[in-house]
Amino acid sequence: MRYAMAVDTKKCVGCSDCVVACQTENNVPIGFCRDWVVEVIYGTYPQLEVEIRSERCNHCENAPCVRCCPTGASHIVEGGIVMVKPNKCIGCGACIASCPYDARFPHPKGYVDKCTFCFHRIKQGMKPSCVAVCPTKCMYFGDLDDPNSDVSVVLKRRKHKTLIPEAGTLPQLYFLI
Amino acid sequence: MKEELIISGRENMLVDPQLHIWHWPIPLYLFLGGLAAGVLFFAALYYLLGKEEEYRTAVQKAPFIAPFALVIGLTCLLIDLNHKAYFWQLYTTIRIESPMSWGAWTLLVITVSAFIWCALHIREFFPNWDWKYKWLKDLEMFFNRYKKQLAWVMLIFAIITGVYTGILLSAFNARPLWNTSVLGPLFLASGLSAGAAVIVLSSKDKKERLLFTKIDLIILGTELFLIVHMFMGFMASTQVQIEAAQLFLGGPYTMVFWIFVVMLGIIIPGVLDLMELRGRHIPAALPGILVLMGSFVFRFIFVFAGQVSRWLY
Repeated sequence: MRYAMAVDTKKCVGCSDCVVACQTENNVPIGFCRDWVVEVIYGTYPQLEVEIRSERCNHCENAPCVRCCPTGASHIVEGGIVMVKPNKCIGCGACIASCPYDARFPHPKGYVDKCTFCFHRIKQGMKPSCVAVCPTKCMYFGDLDDPNSDVSVVLKRRKHKTLIPEAGTLPQLYFLI
Repeated sequence: MKEELIISGRENMLVDPQLHIWHWPIPLYLFLGGLAAGVLFFAALYYLLGKEEEYRTAVQKAPFIAPFALVIGLTCLLIDLNHKAYFWQLYTTIRIESPMSWGAWTLLVITVSAFIWCALHIREFFPNWDWKYKWLKDLEMFFNRYKKQLAWVMLIFAIITGVYTGILLSAFNARPLWNTSVLGPLFLASGLSAGAAVIVLSSKDKKERLLFTKIDLIILGTELFLIVHMFMGFMASTQVQIEAAQLFLGGPYTMVFWIFVVMLGIIIPGVLDLMELRGRHIPAALPGILVLMGSFVFRFIFVFAGQVSRWLY
């Protein structure tokens, strides 16, 4: 099993609904976020091209945060999801510094927090809250090992990229371009 | 042209707009850890070489700075943790791929050895010292019998501690400025030169001072070579590392690095050392103080500049 997510940069309008849904679903403390939206503008007026990306933890196959964690609080669970055990985390910040995507942050309670692909929801067969709430339906989630999952189907059909693949992290958050 | 905006207003504390997860306690600890490693390395080395009587300060007196440096350093590390009450989780596991994990264990070993070493030499400072309890006396006898083994442990773990302070940073691929394997040897050299400087500063014996001035000179030369080597590596590397090096080659850290670390911390004390070895009269404390200052500033700007450097996408 290998969970992954794909975000359609052509369909995304950057409404930030995914951000608010995540904050609500996961009780993210005020002033913090586990996912965020980036807008990139290429070109010079009037020849402009826009790419909008909803970003979050890439749940890397070769996760530097898990590698550098001194206590094993950062770990990988079934399906390749990178998680943090709050009662093992000492809040040293090594994983935050090790993430090329800056996807982690220190929770005010002390431990490090991040996107979990809504592990508690997908265990029950539901989609992550950001995917479920998206008004343009631009996000696809599923198991890459299952050829019929939403994410496998769309990745077969569409041209896509990952962010900073040259960092060697083997990210599992795909962007359709 | 490409312009990037974060439109959902991501401003996670200590991460945005620029990573600042590690504050002043970390570079202060790196400096103190390196210093302690340097002092203990020379103490163990000259004890094992059988020069205990010849170089009394290095073997018996200077190591007393190490327990203080290590305890303050460890306190710094604790201060910088966000989840302080759980710090003991570090000692429930050993993870070889995490430098912080084996570094924490190394620190435990070196701190305990430093305390034992100082306890064995406590009569250098308090000639009438009495351990009061029998079991403490027995313990002293036990460690005196195995002092050679203790010195070996201290020698090896001092090197590991010195290198580890650099590897801790160089293991982060996400921070291009830190991500160079030269950092381990460079921090070791910086720690050893700080250790040698402490011995020169505290020794009253002319022969010992000259020996450690010579050692200091050699290490400072090595350090300078490693710094040049590091920047050559950066400039020949990928765009992100070229940009990371720019922080010191025209960027915001240029002045403080080249003036305080390279000029005042390495070249000038090196020249002063050379003058001293040639028999010129120079203010005895000056090179030592400059070396310590350079080593101190180096850790600070390297930790802070590293958190500015990042991948671009």
